Amino acid sequence: MNTHLPAASIEAVTSGLASAGYIASRQIATAVYLAERIGKPILVEGPAGVGKTELAKALATWRGLKMIRMQCYEGLDEAKALYEWKYAKQLLYTQILKDKLGEVLGDAETLAAALDRLHDFGDVFFSKEFVEPRPLLQALEQPGGCVLLVDEIDKSDAEFESLLLEILSDYQISIPELGTVVAVVKPVVILTSNGERDLSDALKRRCLHLHIGFPEQKLEERIVESRVPGIAQTLSQQLVSFIHQVRTLDLKKLPSVSETIDWARVLVLLQSNELDHETVKDTLNVLLKYEADIETTLPQVTTFVAKAGRQGVFG
Amino acid sequence: MREEMHRFFRAARGAGVRLSPAESIDAMNAVAAVGFADRGVLRDALLLTLAKSEDEKRALEDCFDLFFSQPEVKQAAELEHEAAGGDADAPPSESPPGAAGGPSSMLGELAQLLLSRDRNAIAAAMTGAARAASLSDIRYFTQRGIFATRMLDALGIERLHDDLDALATTNPAQAERLAAALQALRENVREVVSQALLLYGREESENLRHEMLRNAPLARLERRQVEQMQALIRSIARRLRERYSKPRKQKRRGHLDIRRTLRRNAAWGGVPFLTSWKRRRRDRPKIVALCDVSGSVAQVSDFFLLLIHSLHEVVDDVRSFAFSGHLVEVSDVLDNQSPEQAMREITSKVGFGSSDYGSSLLDFEKGFIEAVTPRTTVIVLGDARTNNLDPRADILRRISERSKRLVWLNPEGRLAWGWGDSEMPRYAAFCSVVRQCATARQLERAVSDIVGAYR
Repeated sequence: MNTHLPAASIEAVTSGLASAGYIASRQIATAVYLAERIGKPILVEGPAGVGKTELAKALATWRGLKMIRMQCYEGLDEAKALYEWKYAKQLLYTQILKDKLGEVLGDAETLAAALDRLHDFGDVFFSKEFVEPRPLLQALEQPGGCVLLVDEIDKSDAEFESLLLEILSDYQISIPELGTVVAVVKPVVILTSNGERDLSDALKRRCLHLHIGFPEQKLEERIVESRVPGIAQTLSQQLVSFIHQVRTLDLKKLPSVSETIDWARVLVLLQSNELDHETVKDTLNVLLKYEADIETTLPQVTTFVAKAGRQGVFG
Repeated sequence: MREEMHRFFRAARGAGVRLSPAESIDAMNAVAAVGFADRGVLRDALLLTLAKSEDEKRALEDCFDLFFSQPEVKQAAELEHEAAGGDADAPPSESPPGAAGGPSSMLGELAQLLLSRDRNAIAAAMTGAARAASLSDIRYFTQRGIFATRMLDALGIERLHDDLDALATTNPAQAERLAAALQALRENVREVVSQALLLYGREESENLRHEMLRNAPLARLERRQVEQMQALIRSIARRLRERYSKPRKQKRRGHLDIRRTLRRNAAWGGVPFLTSWKRRRRDRPKIVALCDVSGSVAQVSDFFLLLIHSLHEVVDDVRSFAFSGHLVEVSDVLDNQSPEQAMREITSKVGFGSSDYGSSLLDFEKGFIEAVTPRTTVIVLGDARTNNLDPRADILRRISERSKRLVWLNPEGRLAWGWGDSEMPRYAAFCSVVRQCATARQLERAVSDIVGAYR
């Protein structure tokens, strides 16, 4: 119903995203609110697993829009991102229409006359029917608008970034043979980046720059409770407190929100109601992805669990 | 409020956040959408639209806090400003609370204001005075005195002095209170001016300092400037890296890669719908640097080496050699140690001797000539003052023939080349380029050209 209307307030965005199962901080809600208001894409940066991609999904669910996802990788080019000609179909059609061609050209007396006649049919094979739309073009052609997620833009080449500029600022694509395709309804564009390389200023300038870091303890507890139904409150408090302590260590890969949720699920499956260090030691591999990290954390587990337990009592 | 926003943008630029007009327009739109009601939201909105990296976010956050550090005073100021009809020159007529009473009614407005101890009213008057003195134009720390005086004038300090003189005879106790209040007021004004300088002056003074630093002769830096110069060199290195570390694979239109084209189009019976073009790898620069570290040239060499060695992303391979009386390789020292340590070690290794170009070149040819390939740019940094020893220009010729380019950077001005024991003209015959290189600006140009030659 409210698909085309921007949200009335930042609170509305927060509750809307919450209804799609995404607990947003104020910064995130403000970004989404502004993106709709002033029609700019959001560039989301932050460590892996803090919910960058999830934000786009939640937004699409809340708005009831289709989500079109464009996964970036090295070597991605316009044929895979924008559009491609359906060569096989063009070839097939020329074969089938060969006889027709004879009819059309049959009564032309000179070569020049035949050519003239051909010109009248000129662009048949380079028309809309033969364009294979790729994600970016699809996003512009959605009649009801959509959420376009350009995932991990930092993985793509610098050329691809430049390719995006036209879409990001004007919501249009130029196809030489057909002209300019303008968005039916402006899509909500979300770009994500892990900061693998610096993006160009031209791209950054066109976007709202949102950085999602690890959430605060209270927020993360709410996220866990919304994502893992049936988790005991004490457990979620202890677990989040434990993870916050782990994040203070010098690790190769810090556990992020997605790991917190995975771990919470595991603990619920194991039917634990409280954090105890035996279970933690057994399930640490859910949380940490490197052997070295696990070794760094293991000696600290008992203290962390004790601290987290106190948190549960007083917090 | 728009004026307030523009002042904030200026302050943000001062804090080192690069803001284009387009971004400020976006920020204006964003602010219009969220309104001013909630400071936290306002800050988020500005951060979202203006900042482009984590660093900038942090700088902008600090700037925001500094800028809006006195919210209640600001608000009072605006109310008052509107009430006064935008004319802040005449201090607004405050109805003083009853505390001041009878005798003070003969006093000037400022005296009444001070005696009333109404903090909001005083703050409002200060803001009015700041506007009148156009405090946001402050640029350099030397202007603090002027702006403080202007603000006090706008507040009506002259009338206050008269009042003080009058009161000294009639009511000494009140005069004393007034004098104390005046002291406090002066301090407040100074504080406001300092804050304004911090907000608006940073950009200008930083620019001025950079500009001076960029054009200062490297050889004659003062000790305290050396550290700043190292920071400047690092920023130059960052700029060069950004400019030249772009991907080096480039499609070369015009040369068809037939094998790949046939393979790609096999599905359509070999009808070439998709074409593949040959790619050419662009070379990355290989650099061999020979640096004179004797006497006056030493400091220039230090900065040059520092710059070259912080270009890892751009340059494939750097080998550095330092010489004065003889020549040694110093690449490892530079790569593995902090700049200060490295410089100290190099100096102790090669020392501040008098330079002997001939034997140094000979050392290079004997030991390291293999390092020079047809892809190498050889850079010699030195003043070419041979102390009347044999220059051995023939060795330089052989190096030049082996290399892609030979660049000579000379810290001395062109006019001095060839005078006294300078052998620059003889060496210059075998160099692709000879440049003067005495300041950070020239250094940047020189290195930029060298790296750019490989595109």
